[in-house]
Amino acid sequence: MPENKYDVFLRGLAFPAVLVLAWILVGQFGLIDPRLLVPVQRVIAVPFFDPDGRTIWLSLVTSLVRMVAGFLIGGGLGILIGFVIGTSSLANRLIGPSFTAVRQITVFAWIPLLTAWFGNSDGAKLVFIALSAFFPAALNTQQGLRDVPIALIETSHVMRLSWRTHLFRLLLPSALPSIAIGIEIALISAWIGTVGAEYAMGFGRGIGIFLAEGRVQFRMDIVLIGVVTLALVGYGMNIVLRCGLRRLVPWQRQNS
Amino acid sequence: MTTQPNPALPPRLLARLALARPVRAERRSRSQLPVDRIGALLLPLILPLSVLLLWQIATAREWLAPQILPSPLTVFWTFVDLVTSGDIVEGLAISLRRISVGFAIGAAFGLSLGIAMGRSAKLEQYVGPSLRAIAQVPSLGWLPFLMLIFGIGETLNYVIIAKACFVPITINTAAGIRNIPVHYVEVAHVLRLRRSAMLFRLILPGALPTIFSGIRLALGHAWIAMVVVEMLADTAGVGYMMTWGRTLFQIDIVIVGMVVIGAIGFLMDGGLRWIERRLRRWAPVHA
Repeated sequence: MPENKYDVFLRGLAFPAVLVLAWILVGQFGLIDPRLLVPVQRVIAVPFFDPDGRTIWLSLVTSLVRMVAGFLIGGGLGILIGFVIGTSSLANRLIGPSFTAVRQITVFAWIPLLTAWFGNSDGAKLVFIALSAFFPAALNTQQGLRDVPIALIETSHVMRLSWRTHLFRLLLPSALPSIAIGIEIALISAWIGTVGAEYAMGFGRGIGIFLAEGRVQFRMDIVLIGVVTLALVGYGMNIVLRCGLRRLVPWQRQNS
Repeated sequence: MTTQPNPALPPRLLARLALARPVRAERRSRSQLPVDRIGALLLPLILPLSVLLLWQIATAREWLAPQILPSPLTVFWTFVDLVTSGDIVEGLAISLRRISVGFAIGAAFGLSLGIAMGRSAKLEQYVGPSLRAIAQVPSLGWLPFLMLIFGIGETLNYVIIAKACFVPITINTAAGIRNIPVHYVEVAHVLRLRRSAMLFRLILPGALPTIFSGIRLALGHAWIAMVVVEMLADTAGVGYMMTWGRTLFQIDIVIVGMVVIGAIGFLMDGGLRWIERRLRRWAPVHA
């Protein structure tokens, strides 16, 4: 049967709508402890009218700045290392196995070690965010370069192309779609890493600390608005990146 | 999620392409020399060995305080200690039980909802978007919220692990079922197969490889989520062991914990990957 696009969209909204309705009704009749299930209007009002809730804006900005800084350091280093092990077979055999081994450690398992080395300061958080962004960026860059068709590489050697032409006309264009995916994953990882680092280390300001304080004070409204904000930032970054990268890599569709 | 060959190519051509995959001639001829083969084995060891050496020198000359960086030998003996005293085994047993219970709950719900969503396009339209929205929020984001509801304790662990398993299993199960070729389903209808025969003879076997990819993803997520929960909000398990070592400023325990977490993650993923490859080989080719 032919489906109306608008209908399908409405059906997707039905489930959340029922949930929100149930939430409002439960709040109205006070069926569940209001501290556990705060009324909808209070959650929406928190970032504007509550003295504790209003810090969310500054926290969000701090977290975003921290994330971008960590992402630039980690993602940049990741692309560099990925490029080296993706193009040089010697470097790959030298560093590749160690890289794979270290990658097996869940990034969050680094937090205790990093706090012991760098304290709970911004330094430790930055290193951790950079670490979260580093691995996906390096991995995807390496994969993209490894998947450059060998025939083309050989052709380029036979034609004795200069190193620069080889790099800018063959390697980068064919690896760019994969690198773009790496950047996308690295940015999302950096965001999760930012929230995780702030949440686990505390100290200072940030959306993760905002969440942690809300939990300690048993403020469900603050926690809920924090979780929603965190999700919206991730979702928004996804959309922006996808549009931006599509423009950057217009030839991607032929490959995928 | 899964790498699929270009669907535009006819299957016969694809099969031929798969058979004619070029061998990397240059590599093979190179590694045939025995000297090169030994070199190839030693080369990856250079970096870790030099790091180890530098580490040993740094601690022997006390460039860093032992509370910041214990010597490699201390770490090794701590590891032996933790193994023989049973601390690691005990922690791992707890962690393993958590993963099993959480996975069982998450997989049961995920498989049922996934099958239902794969079979009914309408249900998919109603629930799918919400599910994908939930998948956008990492388990870590749910942690403070769930901590408020369930408090700190075993329930919290189970809920977070179950949630980490539920989402990828649901999405992959639904996708696997939807990707079963329509003509198989039509044949099953023409043959008037009973519902149970259809489910167990066509739907589940056809979707199994994709479902299994979901399971591998789920266990990976579950392992990470569990370590995080143990580190942040628990009093047992490998993750807690590390936090505890950190509070005592016993970095050797922290490092041992990292190595154990890495090794288990690696073994788990390797084993599941192996099963996944076997399943793919056996699966009917439907790109």
